[in-house]
Amino acid sequence: MTQIDQVDQSTPASPSRFQANLAQRYRADQIFQTAALLSVLIALFVLIMLLGDVFITGFPRFIQDFPSFLLSYPSRRAAQAGILSPLVGTIWLLILTGLFAIPTGVGAGIFLEEFAANTRLARLIEINIGNLAAVPSIIYGLLALQVFVRWMEPITGGRSVLAGGLTLALLILPIIIVATREALRSVPNSIRQAGFAVGTTRWQVVRDHVLPIALPGILTGTILALSRAIGETAPLITIGALTFIAFLPPLSPIIEGLRSPFTALPIQTYNWISRPQPEFQNNAAAAIVMLLIVLLLMNATAIYLRNRTQKIRND
Amino acid sequence: MSENLATSRTASRWKPRRKWSQWSERLVYVLFGAFALLSIATTAGIIASLVFEAIEFFKAVPFTHFLFDGEWTPLFANPQYGILVLISATLMTAAIALCVAIPLGLMAAIYLSEFAAPKLRRWLKPSLELLAGIPSVVHGYFALIFVTPILQALIPGVEVFNALSAGLVMGIAILPTVASLSEDAIFAVPQSLRQGAYALGTTRREAIQNVVLPGALSGIVASCILGMARAVGETMIVTIAAGQNPRPIKPDLSFLDPRLSVQTMTSFIVQVSQGDAPVNSIEYKTIFAVGMTLFIITLLLNIISFWFVNRFRESYE
Repeated sequence: MTQIDQVDQSTPASPSRFQANLAQRYRADQIFQTAALLSVLIALFVLIMLLGDVFITGFPRFIQDFPSFLLSYPSRRAAQAGILSPLVGTIWLLILTGLFAIPTGVGAGIFLEEFAANTRLARLIEINIGNLAAVPSIIYGLLALQVFVRWMEPITGGRSVLAGGLTLALLILPIIIVATREALRSVPNSIRQAGFAVGTTRWQVVRDHVLPIALPGILTGTILALSRAIGETAPLITIGALTFIAFLPPLSPIIEGLRSPFTALPIQTYNWISRPQPEFQNNAAAAIVMLLIVLLLMNATAIYLRNRTQKIRND
Repeated sequence: MSENLATSRTASRWKPRRKWSQWSERLVYVLFGAFALLSIATTAGIIASLVFEAIEFFKAVPFTHFLFDGEWTPLFANPQYGILVLISATLMTAAIALCVAIPLGLMAAIYLSEFAAPKLRRWLKPSLELLAGIPSVVHGYFALIFVTPILQALIPGVEVFNALSAGLVMGIAILPTVASLSEDAIFAVPQSLRQGAYALGTTRREAIQNVVLPGALSGIVASCILGMARAVGETMIVTIAAGQNPRPIKPDLSFLDPRLSVQTMTSFIVQVSQGDAPVNSIEYKTIFAVGMTLFIITLLLNIISFWFVNRFRESYE
């Protein structure tokens, strides 16, 4: 900056006062660039430390007489405890959350982008969604405690897996709406106009032409949103899911299963972390290994889908 | 069939059934519109449920006590509800987190946008997103089991549960948010501005500091404020690593000692939820009063961010 100032002040009559001082400025550049690179490396280093620590502690417990950790219920004895009910609970939550959040989120996104773009309502909802994205997840837990657990108890059965699925669905709804809108926005307008030109309705254009093109983008956003839901702990604790569960929700009749109490991987992990004995903390690390495997698979799918669509667009 | 259609005499035989498509159009419009309104209903529901229980709470506890008491002892026989205790702990852990996340996140964003080769960038961005996808309970585990023992070895007087470890790891947790959003803002500054700066004889760093960053300022500040909102509302890391120890507000500022165990607003809510507080008990109402305070703080941060973006947005054509 100072060099530029000097240029401004110097008159053509005194060119000797201008000193480019390039060596020093390039050195400052070098330091700046190194610091920037270092920041990235620190972030990645911490990521590696975190994953390394979890795997070194958790993996031996995870593969110790292998399937038994996956197939046993949580127990008061650390060595016999497993993650059967949390794992099944997480799968239940994943399915229920997807079932509630995907149709509503994609539908709302289609409405806002294709049917009501640039109306006052759409703008209001857009601001509102921006706000919701910054609301802490534990606040959603309080909402769910009041609405799903208390007011809707006759339907949800209180602190049930259904209430948990509804909670997580509300939590990720804004993410899915935003992802859907972005995917729809990237579809060229000529496709819609071509559809209208041959006399289709708006919904027919969206259903048959716009949506298929936008689908990979929507799927990517949805998978990322679901993977966020799977890792959430706080709202589930708030609705009272932190309990000792040594049974699985029954599959038939399905309504019994929906209304039965549950636990999930992050909750079981938290439960084990908060115990002082190191054996339980090893269990926590092993549960985290399982959680990370699930998340990694979901994230990898999402990134694969995104890279594939980007390639298609480039061709 | 196609022969028939080709002749104009039979054209009248083509009867489009528009009724069904119009009907489905209307159905979809109403249904998806209702889905869109669900997001407004969520906000309304959050506010209604928080206010409803908070009013009940303030019937039992005077508002001035809630704001100005120096102690937080809701589970004692003679309870005191000084929310400042929880707010100060929340802001302290958030401040520690921001001290980590803003410099590192911003510099990482600059590197990704300005220095990294496109091929490297394609690898680094997903890695950062991977970091963002790690659940907070894992970060909490990392803080308690890995970071705290290191801090205890380096700094005297660090408790097993402490604000410092929670804050540092929270900084790592929100770093990808700050980095990713800042990177979007920096990347969006048009190339012509950089070229203009180079033409004036600036070096790369000078162009970044004097032209690119000011151009991306609104986006960068918005990302930092969102990072702060995340830090204030972050629950599991502080619950696991910072403990459950509300420190009374005293003039000697001992409640701001980051080596000690503290209780934030979020970890108080978890503590009560774990204990299965009966509905209509004062504990049950208290978590809603605390939740409302938390909601108001994040809402204020959001409004500031919104105002800032609108006020300082540079639009490029």
